[in-house]
Amino acid sequence: MYNFEYKKAGSVDEAAGIVGADDEAKLLAGGMTYIPTLKQRLAAPTTVVDIGGIGGLDGIAVDGNGVTIGAMARHAAVAASTDVAAAIPALADLASHIGDPQVRNRGTLGGSVANNDPAADYPAALVGLGATVQTNKRTIAADEFFTGLFETALGQDEVVTSVSFPRAGKAAYMKFPNPASRYAIVGVFAAQAADGVRVAVTGAGPCVFRVGEMEAALAANWSADSVANIKVSADGMNEDIHASAEYRAHLVTVMAKRAVAKAG
Amino acid sequence: MTEQGIGAAVARREDRRFVTGQGHYTDDINRRGQTHACFVRSPHAHATLNGVDTEAAGAMPGVRGIFVGEDMAEVGPLICGWAITDVNGEPHRAPPHPALAIGKVNFVGDAVAVVIADTLEQAKDAAAAVEVDYGILDAVVDPATAAADGQIQIHETAPGNLSYEWAIGDRAAIDAAFEGAAHVTSLEFANNRLVPNAMEPRACIAEYEDGTGDYTLYLTSQNPHVHRLVMSAFHGLAPEHKLRVVAPDVGGGFGSKIFIYAEEVVLTWASRHVGRPIKWTAERTESFLTDCHGRDHVTEAELALDGDGKFLAMRVNTIANMGAYLSTFASAVPTYLYATLLAGQYTTGGIYCNVKAVFTNTVPVDAYRGAGRPEAAYVVERLVEAAAAETGRDPAELRKINFVPSDAFPYETPVVMQYDCGDFSGSMDQALDLAGYSGFQARRAESKAGGKLRGIGFSSYIEACGVAPSAAVGSLGAGVGLWESANVRFNPTGNVQLFTGCHSHGQGHETAFAQIVADKLGVPYEQVEVIHGDSAKIPFGMGTYGSRSAAVGGSAIVKAADKVIEKGRKIAAHALEASEDDIEFAGGNFTVTGTDKAMNIAEVAFTAYVPHNYPEGLEPGLDETAFYDPLNFSFPAGTHICEVEIDPETGSVSIEKYAAVDDFGVLINPLIVEGQVHGGIGQGVGQAMLEHAVYDGDGQLISGSYMDYTMPRADDVPSYDVGFNGVPSPLNPLGVKGCGEAGAIAAPAAVMNAVHDALREVGVSHIEMPATPLRVWQAIQDAA
Repeated sequence: MYNFEYKKAGSVDEAAGIVGADDEAKLLAGGMTYIPTLKQRLAAPTTVVDIGGIGGLDGIAVDGNGVTIGAMARHAAVAASTDVAAAIPALADLASHIGDPQVRNRGTLGGSVANNDPAADYPAALVGLGATVQTNKRTIAADEFFTGLFETALGQDEVVTSVSFPRAGKAAYMKFPNPASRYAIVGVFAAQAADGVRVAVTGAGPCVFRVGEMEAALAANWSADSVANIKVSADGMNEDIHASAEYRAHLVTVMAKRAVAKAG
Repeated sequence: MTEQGIGAAVARREDRRFVTGQGHYTDDINRRGQTHACFVRSPHAHATLNGVDTEAAGAMPGVRGIFVGEDMAEVGPLICGWAITDVNGEPHRAPPHPALAIGKVNFVGDAVAVVIADTLEQAKDAAAAVEVDYGILDAVVDPATAAADGQIQIHETAPGNLSYEWAIGDRAAIDAAFEGAAHVTSLEFANNRLVPNAMEPRACIAEYEDGTGDYTLYLTSQNPHVHRLVMSAFHGLAPEHKLRVVAPDVGGGFGSKIFIYAEEVVLTWASRHVGRPIKWTAERTESFLTDCHGRDHVTEAELALDGDGKFLAMRVNTIANMGAYLSTFASAVPTYLYATLLAGQYTTGGIYCNVKAVFTNTVPVDAYRGAGRPEAAYVVERLVEAAAAETGRDPAELRKINFVPSDAFPYETPVVMQYDCGDFSGSMDQALDLAGYSGFQARRAESKAGGKLRGIGFSSYIEACGVAPSAAVGSLGAGVGLWESANVRFNPTGNVQLFTGCHSHGQGHETAFAQIVADKLGVPYEQVEVIHGDSAKIPFGMGTYGSRSAAVGGSAIVKAADKVIEKGRKIAAHALEASEDDIEFAGGNFTVTGTDKAMNIAEVAFTAYVPHNYPEGLEPGLDETAFYDPLNFSFPAGTHICEVEIDPETGSVSIEKYAAVDDFGVLINPLIVEGQVHGGIGQGVGQAMLEHAVYDGDGQLISGSYMDYTMPRADDVPSYDVGFNGVPSPLNPLGVKGCGEAGAIAAPAAVMNAVHDALREVGVSHIEMPATPLRVWQAIQDAA
């Protein structure tokens, strides 16, 4: 780790002010990606702004419209929430399969979406359910939030405060994990979302994406068979020693089929 | 068997401190005035060193010293301790391996310089400021083509990137046997390269005391005296009597902590130059890059069968990747620990094996759990299983008709081993029962109905353990003897300290060895303490590797205990006013035959230290040391049966059942043995399905972290069905054979034979380890 200033922010505004004034300052939420990055000397921030001490950012609230989860809510809290499980069971299920117990007890929703790792699970839930991201400045639709590989619509002085997930009909997430890291090689969230059927794919490409052809087929007939023969192109898919682009493309279909089957 | 003697399933006493976080590992030690080392490592696989500028770094805060290869010219290079004689009668080529590179770097991670500073952060900062001018060269990475004509040369002294070409067997006779065969099975495959991944990374602290001229080296070693010997005799760092080597609690070795590495040589040398103790602990990335890797063979293998399925002959050509330099025991692994096991459990008529050991721009490869024997078992058992499938025979039956019969021992194999004893068919039968073999077809049909492919695979492995008779290994090129030592020391109050030359780094010696002492001397188990790992305390010992500690170290303990009993008999006879010949020893009591006159061994010990009423001329004290040199290797063997189910849609392989029946001879502690079997199978499953050290064409290690290198997790392995069929070895006083490596030796072939069996149905005939989902899926696509 290189030396840096450590500041524990007392409010979202204070945190936003620090990172807004300094391009080299960085927010720290659960630290599940950033602490290892620092330890390996792969980042040299001027200031690390810990937002873990800000009150009121880790709430989970359920109403008739859906579930609103605070940015600092741990994955384990989401997974264990009976309210989430009752309102959107697929969301609680997804959270219960992120990382391992240590990661789930430290990692946060806000940290995950702001980092936008191409193999993270939460982006599939946000896009798959048509969620909205609340920041200290505005509301951003999930479809606009995730813009590219580790890229989001967030501005330098913008801090995620919560995410609202609308209630859905049938929904499920299926992940084919990387055997080593257990991140998603391909993860598919299929849902009868509030604004129509959504099929969101993580892990396969540089950023979460939707599969329109599958959405249309499922809107017409919600069954695993509807997507079983819909192939996605391997062009632009991620490739590594664990999965070729062709294999990832194939797994999108398999996981979509299985997600629909799991959703019932 | 007593309650806590030999054969008792005593819970491991060392686990209390380990599971409560109270172990004392090297990194837990901090010495007064301690400084920290950071190594500047090559980011290139192959490059000339055109200059190292340390000026700016040397001026940075806290820096005590920066050293490069030329500074250490007085220190001898790292050695290979086993000399192979090649097919031309020439010694193997072992190019110089300076602890810090001189003139050239040969793998990513090769140490170029060391920075020593007051804090680790300061050392890292200064290391980053060391400027190295590299002249980047193309890298040699693929062992299969490393020795090809026109290939880039890594070492001037190893033309063709060849360390040696070595062979065993009569090639012409074997070729003739193949001519007359009814069937020949031919396979080509790789034995995948593995990273050892001990839980505790390598670490060392070197300290020099100017007042006495004494060096102390704390480090992660499986064999502290071997470290001391090599560092004294070959590196010239300090004479043996002025160098103390301490290997405290060590968190796993799997072979990787046998070897003498650059870091400990550099720190020991530098500790005198900076006048401060120096600590270095590998970060996980350094472990991936610089711990010696394992396996990495490319093999063509053939098996000739007659019309009845009897094995006539075997012909094997192997290219073994040595990495950039020859590590401490690297040359022995693909030769005497590999080709000599190619007879397996079978009466194969003749065997020829040719091995080319090649250099590549990768980290050195050396012994890793099983060391040569997993590679041999994989060759034999893949061939046998393929032969069964090709000739339409049941794989269990084909094995049985070729097994060395139980009445044929001692049995001389065509590859210079003499098996002492065994019951190969008995172990097979027991394994078939445990595996529920008769119900397999029904289970396969059930899987098929669910869209899955099910397969079953066998592995009837044998290994040579209990390394090793010193004269025998000496004649084959070993630079050391491979005996073991033990010192049984009674204290006046009757408790016992056992000092062993073995080193426990996960094996449970502190428990099992105490059981041996308790059993042999009749002392309560709780009153026996086992001490190991400190050259200032223990007698010279050869350490722990090669499943040797029970067979060799345990036998030394028995010999020392026997000496204690013989001396105690004299003391008791005198005290009981009887003739020595009339004293019987049993259950801790010396008894005058036919009477109730007796003396407990604790009383004898007290008398030995307070010799008021004592035999004339007998030395006081009860403290006996023994050295044991084994008569032969021991030969653990058994049959493992694995059953897998494959999801053809994703390529995922799931192990549904795993049955293992092993002959380890006498079991000292069945609980520990079972744990060793579980751990070994876990690593074998890792090799077969998950683990792979992958270098790209530039020699960069792609699987250089746990994000990409797949270690087996609990949900990757099944609940094992483990059984034993022990035939006591007649060649050592305990009748033991060794159990530490068996699982890792047997499992890869069992798993891969099951995977091949499952995939045969969809037309796949060949798949390499690790059988990852990607590979399995791709193989199914390619066959379709």
